[in-house]
Amino acid sequence: MHDAASGVVPYHAHQFDDAEQQYQTSTLGMWLFLGQEVLFFGAVFATYFYYFFLYPDAFEAASNHLSLTLGAFNTVVLIGSSLTMVFAVHAAQHGTKRAQMAWLVATMILGIVFLCVKAYEYTHKFHEGLVPGELFTYHGPDAPQHQLFLCLYFAMTGLHALHMIIGIGILAALVLLANRDWFNAGYYSPVEMTGLYWHFVDLVWIFLFPLLYLIGRH
Amino acid sequence: MTETVVHEAHDASVNYLNADYGVRSWLFTKDHKRIGLLYLASITVFFALGGLAALMIRLDLLTPAGDLVRDDTYNKLFTMHGVVMIFLFLIPSIPAVIGNFVLPLMIGARDLAFPRLNLASWYIFNIGALFAAWALLAGGIDTGWTFYTPYSTMSSNSNVLSGAFGAFITGFASILTGVNFIATIHRMRAPGLTWNRLPLFVWAMYATSIIFILGTPVIAITLLLMMIERAFHIGLFDPALGGDPILFQHLFWFYSHPAVYIMILPSMGVISEIITCFSRNRIFGYSFIAASSIAIALIGFLVWGHHMFVSGQSANASLIFSLLSFFVAIPSAIKVFNWTATLYRGSVRLQAPMVYALGFIGLFTIGGLTGLFLSTLATDVHLHDTYFVVAHFHYIMVGGALMGYLGAIHFWWPKMTGRLYNETLAKIAAIIVFVGFNLTFFPQFVLGFLGMPRRYHVYPDEFQVLNVFSTAGASILGIGYLLPVLYLIWSMRYGPKAEANHWGAVGLEWQTSSPPPTENFDHTPVVTSEPYDYREPVEVKKVA
Ligand code: HEM
Ligand SMILES: [Cu+2]
Repeated sequence: MHDAASGVVPYHAHQFDDAEQQYQTSTLGMWLFLGQEVLFFGAVFATYFYYFFLYPDAFEAASNHLSLTLGAFNTVVLIGSSLTMVFAVHAAQHGTKRAQMAWLVATMILGIVFLCVKAYEYTHKFHEGLVPGELFTYHGPDAPQHQLFLCLYFAMTGLHALHMIIGIGILAALVLLANRDWFNAGYYSPVEMTGLYWHFVDLVWIFLFPLLYLIGRH
Repeated sequence: MTETVVHEAHDASVNYLNADYGVRSWLFTKDHKRIGLLYLASITVFFALGGLAALMIRLDLLTPAGDLVRDDTYNKLFTMHGVVMIFLFLIPSIPAVIGNFVLPLMIGARDLAFPRLNLASWYIFNIGALFAAWALLAGGIDTGWTFYTPYSTMSSNSNVLSGAFGAFITGFASILTGVNFIATIHRMRAPGLTWNRLPLFVWAMYATSIIFILGTPVIAITLLLMMIERAFHIGLFDPALGGDPILFQHLFWFYSHPAVYIMILPSMGVISEIITCFSRNRIFGYSFIAASSIAIALIGFLVWGHHMFVSGQSANASLIFSLLSFFVAIPSAIKVFNWTATLYRGSVRLQAPMVYALGFIGLFTIGGLTGLFLSTLATDVHLHDTYFVVAHFHYIMVGGALMGYLGAIHFWWPKMTGRLYNETLAKIAAIIVFVGFNLTFFPQFVLGFLGMPRRYHVYPDEFQVLNVFSTAGASILGIGYLLPVLYLIWSMRYGPKAEANHWGAVGLEWQTSSPPPTENFDHTPVVTSEPYDYREPVEVKKVA
């Protein structure tokens, strides 16, 4: 049993018999949505692997266009944000509003730091002429393959960043709702669902980081 | 948002249609029944658009020289036809209209699990559809519905970007529907409604939703990568720039083969409901039919390479894909045998939905068997990209999926609208559709076998006779589709009122009034028996 069954639930939706059913259903819905996300990212990962196996040397060389320091820094930031998110969910389960809001804001800040670093990396690529397309000025060996790698880099990290932006938006909404006493120990599933989503997005990065930043360093 | 809803449901004159009036009450509704009707309105418009393109195609093919339209207009017409019919009509058809409407009723729920997402999916669908429709009408797209690279990214001068973007967006509507259905089926069944008492239509919706969730995101990424390549001229798939066009085809068919099951599985579910009701018989082999839906959904993910036998994929891959394609036909065949066995010793009543259902069984069988011709490596080298393929998939998608959709509309119409349509007209229309369909598409098998390639509008003179047959059939088919539109709309106003259980069917959806109240049931029903328990003579009397 978990807390949802005990407390009073002011936001009980009419189609459910009770809070328990509502909680179970939204949890299942979220997992299904994440299943969809796995396939969504899975398709770009598949594309990446296909070309990685086709052009292993060029991809490893191209990986050196990326800054390991910034990538590693961002990895730490994201792992930290997962931790603060766990605390936020924990606080929500115990109905402690202040702590919950503080942890949600902390998660948001870490997410924003990540995006700022990412934006810095992007602009840097721009100045180096490493943005694929017309702006691409790299003329070393295997230039088309380098461009392919960077294109996948932008597509994958771009999709990831888009998920982060959406996540930060949801976190902001949660902060506002928490401030209006929307959640309590008996009703906190939106916070928990957002937590699942946030962890998933972090997990994607855990795969992106080695595939993009690390393959070239031995 | 506090409770104390007055229980108007007890007042039989108040139902979901008249509980609220005005445009706003529809555009902001969270009622699954109204959202089903909203979808019905949207996709009917797109069906008409796709049908118009088909009409132009068939008219152009009347003469060997293709006198009606120019070459590039012809390319745009068949692209419009394919994109509209697949992405904007057939994929949403049964799930979003019929599934939306009857799924919660069938399992005794008050609504889907996530009503707001359900409404959102309708909006997302329409936004995507508008992008696509705009692209197709303002200038058009000439790549075919398959958007093959590098033509679509490097050569085509048509509106590929906005068309693909439209298809991309409508995908999210499918995903939301899939998530909603599976969550609903798992968590919101009425007491006593165990998994082996679930109506087979619900099983079919479940299988379809698996494909929605696992397949649709892949086409989303595929189209996205294709759009990136086109917009920035990067060699993601273009061989000249280091990319591989075969990869695009792999990704495309990884979704699009399962997508053909998105189109047929729901119809199979419908047929199980109709066949049992109109033969007053228990379903033969319930668990086999239920399991075969899931099997089709899963094995369907492993056969996509049969679209690429001559694309340059490795011969070993082709061999395996060929074998697996034979396997995927097994669960479909199981269903056909079970339906036929259900008819055996049943007291068959040939009412309109049943005419569609029987038509389905015959046409789907032909479509499925010709799929095996195409899955055979050696024959496919000859038949690939000919009219044989066109005939094959139309037998399944039009003869199968669309017949099932029309059968479903006729079967649940009394429930949806509370009105009865003219039974005689409906039967005549069903027969016209059947005859027109065969006249249109059977000659195409022969044409393809003789070597007429698809997607060309100029052909040698000796093919003309069969093409004229096909066009004549298409005109008959057109009438067959127009008729239901007319008498169904007429029935909404002038049709006699329907009883709660017009067909004497046993599903839960027939236990509430027609049309149902907003909350679906006055009291949550309790299920105590197996599905399709048509043995009680009382039930038969009711209808007689
Ligand atoms: C019974 C199992 C089936 C088998 C074994 C099968 C087999 C095949 C094969 C091998 C092809 C490729 C032919 C070629 O391009 O040379 C094909 C094409 C096609 N099939 Fe099927 N099929 C089956 C069921 C279905 C179903 C259920 C649908 C739709 C509801 C469908 C729709 C299509 C479509 C749309 C194409 C052509 C796609 C295109 O190139 O535009 N098939 N089928
Ligand atoms: Cu296929």
